[in-house]
Amino acid sequence: MANIRELALTNERLAPGHRLCPGCGLSIIARAVMRGTKDPIVVATATGCLEVSTTIYPYTAWNVPWIHNAFENAAATISGAEAAYKVLKKKGKINKEIKFLAFGGDGGTYDIGLQSLSGALERGHNFVYVCLDNEGYMNTGIQRSSSTPYGAWTNTSQVGKIHKGKEQFKKDLTAVVAAHHIPYVAQASSHNYMDLVRKAEKAFAVKGPAFINVLSPCVPGWKYPMQLTQKLAKMAVDTCFWPLFEVENDKWILNYDPGDNKKPIIEWLKMQKRFRHLMKPENTHIVEQLQKNVDFRWENLKKLCGKG
Amino acid sequence: MTGAECTAEAMKQINPDVVAAYPITPQTNIMHSFSQFVADGIVDTDLVTVESEHSAMSACVGASASGARAMTATSANGLALMWEIVYIAASTRLPIVMNVVNRALSAPINIHCDHSDSMGCRDTGWIQIYSENGEEAYENTIMGVRIGEHKDVLLPVMVCQDGFITSHSVETVELLNDEIVKSFVGEHTGHYPLLDVDKPVTYGPLDLFDYYFEHKRQQVLAMENAKRVIREIFDEFGQITGKHYDFFEGYKLEDAEKVIVCANSSAGTIRVVVDELREKGEKVGLLKMRVFRPWLNDMIVEKLGKIKAVAVLDRSDSFGAFGGPLFSEIRSSFHEVKEKPNIIDYIYGLGGRELDIIQIKKVFNELEQVKNGNVGDRVRYLGVRE
Repeated sequence: MANIRELALTNERLAPGHRLCPGCGLSIIARAVMRGTKDPIVVATATGCLEVSTTIYPYTAWNVPWIHNAFENAAATISGAEAAYKVLKKKGKINKEIKFLAFGGDGGTYDIGLQSLSGALERGHNFVYVCLDNEGYMNTGIQRSSSTPYGAWTNTSQVGKIHKGKEQFKKDLTAVVAAHHIPYVAQASSHNYMDLVRKAEKAFAVKGPAFINVLSPCVPGWKYPMQLTQKLAKMAVDTCFWPLFEVENDKWILNYDPGDNKKPIIEWLKMQKRFRHLMKPENTHIVEQLQKNVDFRWENLKKLCGKG
Repeated sequence: MTGAECTAEAMKQINPDVVAAYPITPQTNIMHSFSQFVADGIVDTDLVTVESEHSAMSACVGASASGARAMTATSANGLALMWEIVYIAASTRLPIVMNVVNRALSAPINIHCDHSDSMGCRDTGWIQIYSENGEEAYENTIMGVRIGEHKDVLLPVMVCQDGFITSHSVETVELLNDEIVKSFVGEHTGHYPLLDVDKPVTYGPLDLFDYYFEHKRQQVLAMENAKRVIREIFDEFGQITGKHYDFFEGYKLEDAEKVIVCANSSAGTIRVVVDELREKGEKVGLLKMRVFRPWLNDMIVEKLGKIKAVAVLDRSDSFGAFGGPLFSEIRSSFHEVKEKPNIIDYIYGLGGRELDIIQIKKVFNELEQVKNGNVGDRVRYLGVRE
């Protein structure tokens, strides 16, 4: 695998000049992922921040063939492109090796696009799906999704006298995808750039579907200063809220274990104003519940990875 | 052959690159047959057996944008589920061909024929061609490929046939040989395909108030061009087969005073009644609609302008509107015409309610009053208990 200097010299497949927010995790992740293969790629993107910010007609930031169809169907759309490729290659109309990549946010992947993703995984199309998980419907103005963490404020999980933010735990989508027993599944984070690129390389290299779920801090949605994006991503990993792991041919591998340096979840929460209400003494029980859930999932993951 | 088998046969001869489909009655028989062609290696098609109709159309969009010839088929609720992407397919200017085996929309759930499904998406920007029987479904499918893919059109094409009545009824069919169809449809070359990786293109950008309207206007022009292209393709097909099709096809219209207008299989039943009544000296006729979108305003006026009384048969209702979709269209066509027939509408056959000869005779009978100027209720219901 190339080192970071060599990676920096490769052509940008998502050009600068797009209109994502300063400090947004999406472009960091998208660019890193697309460095995971030297082959030409065709990209499908679900409706969401990445799509609207990079293709405001008549401009486009994409230096690769790119298609946006709708919100819930990036996986089905890329299935069609990949099926077309297979046939046209067999007919000798195309001779290049082309890779297929789909991007969706957590809304487009955990929620409305889950069926489309599941179908495409089951059918075994040769493609990589990358979920850019910013834990909410940020493009439509910060509403809760099934990926929004327990206790988080959003515009549809408001904090008031009765309710104190989201009352459900985050869906474990990576495990849901792993249950499809596809060749490669991984969870990654933007702050560990080389780990992310390495995972993208693996994902592009396997035959069949591959999936990477990447946590993508969101400046307006999580409410933190824009320069802290990578620190937020790192803290999510250090608290074991967002562990880094891979599932390769059904073998679970833990990529990072902070061991005794595992930080309490409050360290991550207090960096974000969406959890501001949890800092009040009357809401400590919510933080405790979240901590319990993080610990439970972390121990469970370690067992799956043979480290329990 | 059944109508479903005819459609599968057309698809076999077209040999599309990608077919993405999901089961729904009564469309399923098309895919049963087609899947066998795939299994036997008779076609090169990649059959993508998706997990929903929404994904069927989504995969067709992905495949067509990639430069593949893509097809699908559906009915009723399946078409309703894919509606969002049906609109996107047309707006992205992708010449997908979809066979719609007409079936009533839920609720209540019903599996039998009416046209609420395809009429429900008459404004999605698809070309719509209706088929009286299996043979026409076969021919319309083959012609549909050429129409949609024409560089001046680049629009998807919906080929409709009546659920069960056509799709499951066995009739004698005249087929073309494989080579003729192959050369008629020709090789498909995509228009700015995604798979041309050396010339990257962006499909489906965010298009706001400064450009969206112009793009919609271009779609309108494409539909306008389709009027000419459909005529050309009908003519070219006619030269091969000797069968000359039109947007609207009249039967015993010359000197006719009372005419029924309809789409799909009902035309066959009405033709029988026309013959019977003609023998008795009644001046009756039939106008069968083949193409609903694009709508040929002038032609409908030309065909019906001299008729005294016209009954439009609508196999779907438009709740709260004044009459069914076909009636509204025809009546609107005559708005600024001075000499025009008295036109009434019959909503009939919903949920597969049979249209029989007695009902058709009743319509011609009531048209006698209309002919004499006693129009009565403009919108009526045929064959319903009330």
